[in-house]
Amino acid sequence: MDMAFIVESLVKITVIMLVFSALAGFGTYFERKVLAFMQRRLGPMYVGPYGLLQIAADGIKLFTKEDIIPSGVVGRIFKIAPVITAATAFMAAAAIPFWPSFSVFGHEVHPIVADINIGLLYILGVMGVGLYGPLLGGMASANKYSLISAARGAAIFISYEVITGLSILAPIMLVGSLSLIDFNNYQADGISSWLVWKQPLAFILFWIAAFAETGRTPFHLVANDHEIIDGFGTEYSGMRWGLFFIGEYANMFFISFVMALVFLGGYGDGSILGALGLLLKVAFFFFFFLWTRAAWPDVRPDQLMWLCWKVLMPLAVINILLTAIVMM
Amino acid sequence: MMDSNYYMVDIEEYPTTGWGKFKRACRRAIKGELFVGLWVVLREMIRFDIHTISYPAEKMPIGPRYRAVHEMKRLWESDTERCIGCGLCEKICISNCIRIDTRVDEESRKEVSEYSINLGRCIFCGYCAEVCPELAITHGGEYENASDQREHFLIFNDMLTPLDTMKAKAQREFEGFGAITPNEDSRVKKTPLAY
Repeated sequence: MDMAFIVESLVKITVIMLVFSALAGFGTYFERKVLAFMQRRLGPMYVGPYGLLQIAADGIKLFTKEDIIPSGVVGRIFKIAPVITAATAFMAAAAIPFWPSFSVFGHEVHPIVADINIGLLYILGVMGVGLYGPLLGGMASANKYSLISAARGAAIFISYEVITGLSILAPIMLVGSLSLIDFNNYQADGISSWLVWKQPLAFILFWIAAFAETGRTPFHLVANDHEIIDGFGTEYSGMRWGLFFIGEYANMFFISFVMALVFLGGYGDGSILGALGLLLKVAFFFFFFLWTRAAWPDVRPDQLMWLCWKVLMPLAVINILLTAIVMM
Repeated sequence: MMDSNYYMVDIEEYPTTGWGKFKRACRRAIKGELFVGLWVVLREMIRFDIHTISYPAEKMPIGPRYRAVHEMKRLWESDTERCIGCGLCEKICISNCIRIDTRVDEESRKEVSEYSINLGRCIFCGYCAEVCPELAITHGGEYENASDQREHFLIFNDMLTPLDTMKAKAQREFEGFGAITPNEDSRVKKTPLAY
């Protein structure tokens, strides 16, 4: 553990945090614009050219808003809950390779903060710990609606985490390793070697579980505006709410990266074309998140639980059995 | 015999057995309705038929009968004010927002010396325009009348058609309450002078 490694890791961490915080900001702008165009309206247009400075305006507003701590809340938990969401979202990025490894000045750079051999398990586990943000925030707020939203979050968490784990088990069996770089190398022989052709059912199941995990429509029930105001975020203002927000959008981006790397071939053979391909795949998944928000209605929590336990879990188990039989 | 236009809607029976529910779930899973929704939304984004009006840069046109801030009209033949000071608008106003003061001038004619409308109280109902015998008080199309106080008073000269607009023959008549109908010339019954 020499100094060069520590410095390099710190540089990578800083770059990842800056890039993905900025991307979360851009994500909100793209969401508003794409949703607007799909709904025959214009979205932000006044702040800056085509509304691009809206991101800056929103950021400045969040930073400078007064930090209100209501009097009936449980103080320390209330203050630490948003930090849990944002921190776990970025912690999960430690095991995701964002770019194929390249060499600069003769020194080999791997754009992954920690290439541990349990990469995928670590990512999914940390994203699962991210549940505690809404749960504790909702329970610590002295607000009925936040409590309902926290309870909903806990209830559906079990359901979608089961599907996430079971659906990803079959590709892990095929690849034989949990590291995302190994996943990528397994699919490095061009489009025909992508895991999505060999495991289409697992792809669909993991995609549905990703929607539930990030809380996007059609599973937007934890913070559903029409029913429970802002759910766990009702009592939060200013930067604390901003942390919840950044955590949600960063989660969307990171899980798009995971899906692109596991199923759609990642960056392939490591050339610039492959790296750009990875960015395109991530952009497609992000656009699909926004697309379904414009098109599909939400389901009730009990419908989501019915779906996960009675439809997706048997399918995932059947998928694992079939994969095991074919592999033998 | 009752000829009703009702018909039974084609809803199939709700399944009661587990096997029926399983079949229904399978059928619903294969239906591609969700993708129809995705296609509709994408088609709207591609067509880019935006219906937003960028107010205040663009404004929608306002109808000729819209009852916004009042306007006082002049006579076409002599360019004098049409208002004769009868006070009917003040009498009929529902919110009591018109105050009028008249005097008899040197030629023994009635002259309006003070006229004010309290736009804060006005409900823009159109009764004053309807009752005015001379078509003097009408409604105009000035709907952007935000003010810094509730009692926003307009006096007569604020609402009167400016003289240069009159000279340019550009006074727009109000077509709403109190206005004469377009084919009034043929509608009106002639006085039987031959009796």
